[in-house]
Amino acid sequence: MKADVTLDCVGLYCPMPIVKTAEKIKELQPGQVLEVLSDDRGITEDMPAWCRATGHQCLGMEQSGKEIKVYVRKS
Amino acid sequence: MAEKEKMALVVFSGELDKALAAFNIAVTGAATGMEVTMYFTFWGLNIVRKEKAKGKPAGMMRRMLGMLNRGGASRARLSKFHMCGMGTWMMKKLMRQSKMPNLQEMITLAHQSGVKFVVCTTTMALQGLTEEAFIPEVKIFAGASTYLGEAREAKVNLFI
Repeated sequence: MKADVTLDCVGLYCPMPIVKTAEKIKELQPGQVLEVLSDDRGITEDMPAWCRATGHQCLGMEQSGKEIKVYVRKS
Repeated sequence: MAEKEKMALVVFSGELDKALAAFNIAVTGAATGMEVTMYFTFWGLNIVRKEKAKGKPAGMMRRMLGMLNRGGASRARLSKFHMCGMGTWMMKKLMRQSKMPNLQEMITLAHQSGVKFVVCTTTMALQGLTEEAFIPEVKIFAGASTYLGEAREAKVNLFI
């Protein structure tokens, strides 16, 4: 999946990936896609929950080994 | 735009692990677009007290309490396995190694994220503390009615 901006949160634990995502998404234009890299397993649940609460779209996740890529489209 | 959902956290505990949990939830709430208020009462006041405060509280008992109950986020200890300081020291080291923010950093992050800090005036009077004893991030000093006013409207209410 193609992303407009990438945010590296590898090595960070909850709540930091979500906090940084909330911060970073402000810099995007509506419709742009943010790619978040994380190795925290919780993000597979946390990000969809955060997207539900904030109204942004969780497009999907890709996992390769320990690294998880989450794609969020700004509403 | 829809009105922000509210979260009201009562922070009664002054312990490191409990304080960290409170701030974790508060910061996540703020990141989710909620309006978060943290009410520090009783032992919770220690978390938002300055490390070094001037002035002596009135009365011998308060002064004695002041000597045993020193404030400051850096002094917060684990609720279990404090082990005369060793356990708390080890936990802090583990957190540093895992790149987790410490309590002071969480306080700053919460403040930057718009979380409101409120301190209980009754506890202040009990422990003989003035407004100057608290970190500048605390801007509101109030009582239970203020807390309840917010709590009644809050979607999430927690007592830590």
